[in-house]
Amino acid sequence: MRYAETGFNLEIDLSRGSIEREATDPKDTELYLGGLGTNAKILWDRVPPETKPFDPENLLIFGSGLLCGTPATGCNRTIVSTISPQTLFMAFSMMGGFWAPELKYAGYDKVILRGKSPNLVYLWINNDKVEIRDASHLKGKGAGETAELIKKELKEPKAQVVSIGLAGENRVYFASIEQGRSSASRGGLGAVMGDKGVKAIAVRGTKDINIARPAEYMDLCKEVLEYIKFRNDNPIPGVMPILAGLGSPQEMKVHDEKWHTENFMWGNSRTRRKDFWNKEIAEEWMKTMDSMRRRLISCYNCPMTCGATIQPPGLPTYIMKCFTKLTYTMAAMSNLEFGLGIAQSATEYGVDGFSAPQVMAFALELYDAGILTDKDFPGMPADNEGRFYWLLDRIVRREGIGDVLANGTYWAARQIGNGAEKYAHNNIKKHEQLPLKLSMLNPIYFLMYCTGEKINITQIEGQFPQAPFLTREEREAFVKDWFQVPDDKFKQIFLDWEPRGEKSMPFYPNVQMCCDIVDWQERMHYIDDALGMCAGLSSFPLKPPYHIHNYPKFISSGAGIDMDEAKLTQAAKRYRTLVRAINIRRGMRRKDEKPPEDHWKKRFPELEKELMDTYYKFKGWNEQGIPTKEYLLEMGLDFVYEDFVKRGILTDNGDPSSKGTPPEKDKE
Amino acid sequence: MEILPPKVLRRKKIRNKAEGVINVKAEKKKKTVKVININADKCNGCRACEMICSAFHAAPKYSSNNPARSRIRIIREPLRDIYVPVYAGEHAVAECAGRDKYTIDGKEYEECAFCRASCPSRSDFKEPDSGLPLKCDMCEGEEMPLCVKWCTVDALTYEEREEEVAEEEKPEDIEIGLESLANKYGLQKIMDAVARLSQKG
Repeated sequence: MRYAETGFNLEIDLSRGSIEREATDPKDTELYLGGLGTNAKILWDRVPPETKPFDPENLLIFGSGLLCGTPATGCNRTIVSTISPQTLFMAFSMMGGFWAPELKYAGYDKVILRGKSPNLVYLWINNDKVEIRDASHLKGKGAGETAELIKKELKEPKAQVVSIGLAGENRVYFASIEQGRSSASRGGLGAVMGDKGVKAIAVRGTKDINIARPAEYMDLCKEVLEYIKFRNDNPIPGVMPILAGLGSPQEMKVHDEKWHTENFMWGNSRTRRKDFWNKEIAEEWMKTMDSMRRRLISCYNCPMTCGATIQPPGLPTYIMKCFTKLTYTMAAMSNLEFGLGIAQSATEYGVDGFSAPQVMAFALELYDAGILTDKDFPGMPADNEGRFYWLLDRIVRREGIGDVLANGTYWAARQIGNGAEKYAHNNIKKHEQLPLKLSMLNPIYFLMYCTGEKINITQIEGQFPQAPFLTREEREAFVKDWFQVPDDKFKQIFLDWEPRGEKSMPFYPNVQMCCDIVDWQERMHYIDDALGMCAGLSSFPLKPPYHIHNYPKFISSGAGIDMDEAKLTQAAKRYRTLVRAINIRRGMRRKDEKPPEDHWKKRFPELEKELMDTYYKFKGWNEQGIPTKEYLLEMGLDFVYEDFVKRGILTDNGDPSSKGTPPEKDKE
Repeated sequence: MEILPPKVLRRKKIRNKAEGVINVKAEKKKKTVKVININADKCNGCRACEMICSAFHAAPKYSSNNPARSRIRIIREPLRDIYVPVYAGEHAVAECAGRDKYTIDGKEYEECAFCRASCPSRSDFKEPDSGLPLKCDMCEGEEMPLCVKWCTVDALTYEEREEEVAEEEKPEDIEIGLESLANKYGLQKIMDAVARLSQKG
């Protein structure tokens, strides 16, 4: 018997209309755990670098985490992986909600889509019965609307549905996959789903998930729940409110937006409004939120209420999550009422709440600069808010300038030319980033921005405080019950870390310490993404209930795989390397690993070079960021090494190939 | 007053009836009333209650979980702000003659939404494989029902209270029948009839 996982994947070929239930190899679970880990293995094995995002051979994998559907609180994430049309690298966005546990209860760990359906279809997975059904009547419908219509049509209110809106159908490069409470938004996964002709996947499952050593596992689960209660009652002093507690930042609960509105950039990530927040605005925004917010809600088996149902006046209710609360507001230099209103349309259309507002602000900046002109915007309203609604409509329909903008700022700028590239200034690896522009280089964040392959800072940061505490007493108090650290050296680094003077940024923590901190933070995210755990209870917040010390016990007693900290660390390194290998094979090199040019005003080129050199070495990568022969063999990834040699990426003796870096890949 | 065990009491009651006096003084008894308070306004729809219920009732305990086997169900429709925890009650062999459908605060609930019965009209509160009915047992042996323990948003809270209840003796069917016959014909006639019938063998 397989424990925690079901041991079966659903393989669906949309070109042929075939559905197969395939047993998976338990050995792969041991090596790559599940979720992201096994997704990466499948992409490596089956999607060669010659395959383009919109080729039928590209796969779209919906993977549940290894522990999803078990009693572990907050373990509910679906990890969606494919090759991104925007970055041309591996995209893996995660969503919480209810879908992954339901898939497990239906008897599957993953749904793997290949090929392309000639007509728009949706999938209905009802335990052992799996159907490909016509979705022509759902064409053009909103993502949430589609989910409701499907549940009604199937007479199955308990079904869980993932769906795309118009943006996905029209292959907008930043289209999301929506799931009501949650969405997989980054990397343009919705575009690949639309390209495959799949409008939605509905799942209903009524089978058991088994636990290897139940009593032991439940004790761990109870401990976690108790610790969550403790942390909810004892927020961390000395940090801003959104970092003091657990969960994803409590954007739906917190009214005080002084920090975001005054530290993040407005417009096309340009303007910092240092004295923006005042009493009148605080009151107005609180009134807006109170009048539109119906209820704080959670994902499956989690008490954290990070999301909320929002009902803008005269519009249908939708579910808001996290920072999308402010991204439209700030891109349009508007107010919260506008932001919550347009987010309703954006959620139904199914677009990424980070990329979409920036793309629109970028377009209007080009208009103001005269690079785009009136003839590019025929019929655009004169008012600011109206323009954003108008642009959103053009983008998701790919009409006129919307067809260009739908590819994201990087590709749109190249297409528009005439100096537009300068305006696509907030990207990493062609992907729009959070609108942050800061003064002095932060070496820890520098490494994370450069080398993070999720290409999203919130999905790599966490665990270690973002800034030093003012006094030694405060620091001592903080480290006292900081048992989550993998090694006590992290406590010492934090204790010695001063806001000013010799032991302060950017030279303290020193280069080696930065490598350790970044590596720890990244590793916890990668473990979460394989187990299906929400980062909000693990890798993202300070002092989380899940950590490197209890995770091996969860895996051992839950999945029945003998695990200890060393073995778990090794597994996480293994599939993290595999993700990198997939991207290396697609041409990613050191030149791609850099933050937006203007992210920090004060840069330290020599320090930055040292950071990158040291970190690459520390990770087992050569100076181009390619995993070395020794490291690949140590990880048991001999097949990656062999492939690298065959492709001339590494030579027989493990040196980097003299062929050097491949030319910049162009648009399909 | 002398406390009689139930059987003696019953005989005494009949004797009293025979004398034409119906005067049974009920005994007071302490009873523990277990109450789960459901505050639907606080429900966040996470379904941890469904998960832990099915895990607790798995055999061996916690060896598996499957919300479809749960004895609590969250009626959950986020976009219409509907969140109602409902517990499995008695099994009904036949469905009701009609259905009910509630509208509360402008929100229309599905048919039979609040009904606790496992009944032929729907799949709720039945084992998914066998179709056998499920019923909440308040997690016997635990300090409180586990759904309550896992509901950290306090949509479910638990309360136990002692109540003094009169232990009412329910008359048996035959007594009810005899009493109405006695009312109609008089007790003596009936006793005669019983005597005649018993002689016939």
